[in-house]
Amino acid sequence: MNLLTNPFKSLLIATLVATPVAALAETPEEKGLSISVAAKQSDLGWLDMQAQMNMVLRNKQGQESVREIRMKSLEVEDDGDKSLSVFDKPRDVKGTAFLSFSHPVGADDQWLYLPALKRVKRIASRNKSGPFMGSEFAYEDLSSFEVEKYTYKFLRDEACEGGTCYVVEQYPVDKNSGYTRRVVWLDHDEYRVWKIDFYDRKDAPLKTLTYHGYSEYLGKHWRPDMMKMVNHQTGKSTDLSYNSYEFKTGLTDKDFNKNTLKRAR
Amino acid sequence: MADQRVLLSALVAAGLATAPPLQAETHFEMSGKVAAELRGFTQDAQFADQDHNSNLSLIAEPEFYWEWNEGIDSLTFTPYLRMDENDSERTHGDIRELSWVHVDDDWELRTGIRKVFWGVTEFQHLVDVINQTDGVDDFDGEDKLGQPMINLSLVRDWGIVDLFVLPGFRERTFAGREGRLRGGLIVDTDAAEYESSAEDKHIDTAIRWSHTVGDFDLGAYWFHGTNRDPELQVRTQGGNTVLVPRYVQMDQIGFDLQATLDSWLWKVETIWRDTATEDYFAAQGGFEYTFYGIQESAADLGVLLEYGWDERGENAAASIQNDLFFGGRITLNDAASTEMLAGVGYDLEYDSQSLIVEASRRYGDNWKVSVDGRFFSADDPADPASAFDKDDHIQLTVERYF
Repeated sequence: MNLLTNPFKSLLIATLVATPVAALAETPEEKGLSISVAAKQSDLGWLDMQAQMNMVLRNKQGQESVREIRMKSLEVEDDGDKSLSVFDKPRDVKGTAFLSFSHPVGADDQWLYLPALKRVKRIASRNKSGPFMGSEFAYEDLSSFEVEKYTYKFLRDEACEGGTCYVVEQYPVDKNSGYTRRVVWLDHDEYRVWKIDFYDRKDAPLKTLTYHGYSEYLGKHWRPDMMKMVNHQTGKSTDLSYNSYEFKTGLTDKDFNKNTLKRAR
Repeated sequence: MADQRVLLSALVAAGLATAPPLQAETHFEMSGKVAAELRGFTQDAQFADQDHNSNLSLIAEPEFYWEWNEGIDSLTFTPYLRMDENDSERTHGDIRELSWVHVDDDWELRTGIRKVFWGVTEFQHLVDVINQTDGVDDFDGEDKLGQPMINLSLVRDWGIVDLFVLPGFRERTFAGREGRLRGGLIVDTDAAEYESSAEDKHIDTAIRWSHTVGDFDLGAYWFHGTNRDPELQVRTQGGNTVLVPRYVQMDQIGFDLQATLDSWLWKVETIWRDTATEDYFAAQGGFEYTFYGIQESAADLGVLLEYGWDERGENAAASIQNDLFFGGRITLNDAASTEMLAGVGYDLEYDSQSLIVEASRRYGDNWKVSVDGRFFSADDPADPASAFDKDDHIQLTVERYF
């Protein structure tokens, strides 16, 4: 199912970006793919990023629970990103840190640091569909977007918050994904994602994610300051807000290993 | 020990003096926890003076953290205090951490009192050798005393190399006369003996290499110094028979490996230990398999199986020589982080069993409640575990984090 093996990837990206989308009689599948490739391409070159993530989990009764996480990530050429996240809240997991080397295809490499035991544990990454810290975000919702993770189908153009949006259906390649498909709204101008509808393994509507408060960093990298996930089946929701985004802070490979995991805080 | 602490404090102070802040900005943080732990024993005690069936313990473990030079230098101080209702030996304090860390591009220097964990298995931590076990805290051996050290860690393409100089030895803590979960004879920790004439001032050394190769995480080390596991010798003191801990010198080679393959974690730890009187191999190995999203819920079920072996067999002072462990772990992945764990240990040599159940969840943002149950069945008096035969208990722990 590897759509784009690495040696051909850059060639294909170059071809797709150089070719005006409307000029060819594309199938909906080809158009869906080319939009996604262009979206990925438009955001390349951020190099590294640091941000503070806050989550507010709400159950059906409106009870709230807070998660505070600081994260660093590194763009890796021809592979998935590396990231290091540290928990500040809830307090009982303060200092717990998570190191991930993601890969477009196949299992990610992941390690967890447990501060009470001073123990680093390699963990299985198969659990893509599981909830992240009890929230409505699954692990796969938080991992970096890689073209190879899905197959595509362009559905239609539609007005959206960002002007006119491409509506593209994405089908996860990974058999461990919790979804049969995702329907994604990306705007024509900047390929910003405004909304994603998630369908569960039985193809029933499961969750909707909306993006709010986009800002532009370094003249080309658009990031939201809030993502709201609503679970239609349970009535629970999670607001994920970002602040203090910093790009090109000089992080390198050396900031992402077991030693940095142990002293991350 | 006091001398060693002074030495280490001097080292930390010297290190700090040579690392003057490049900028005045120092970041300070305080966190930690206080906890209350209540144990209820289901049977009357086996030995004299253990005349209680319930026990309350209060614990405080704050952490103070300073960071300067934009995180290049940091200092962590973690004192620990336990007040125990019945056992005066269990009422104790420790410095879990008082250390300065200096970070450079591909190395870091960690100086002071610290804790280091090595290993991959769950039911026994065979290769974990740097820190002494704080035996009174809990009987599972997971609580450790702070160890004075100078640790240089080098990051290379072919792995991480850790060099340790360990000035000063920590003696294991043992339950006192009034404490439960102990053997029939009291361990007189004040009378500890050493093979080395330097006694607890022997300077131990260790070198460890660890690396990740694809799905495999592996480590190997050589440790030279004082064996953390004492030999317990029967002595008569003023008409009383007691056990006296004797700490010998050893060389130990250790190896640990975990293969992370889809939902499987395959784990093995092995050591070769050489002392003046014996040399032997021991190993612990097994797997953990996780069923994700069981019954179409968010919950995961992990199944664990491990086997522990010691070449010396029944002659081993160790309690694990030919033991099989089976465990199950349920993680609800809910907002309260609810977890349940059950583990059964079978000693195939003595035909004794132990059952451990643990459940925990968070309440609100800052509270955590755990219920643990530990049950023992060991009838053979030759089995070291027979000392716990009447110590089945249920433990309720309430923790407040700040």
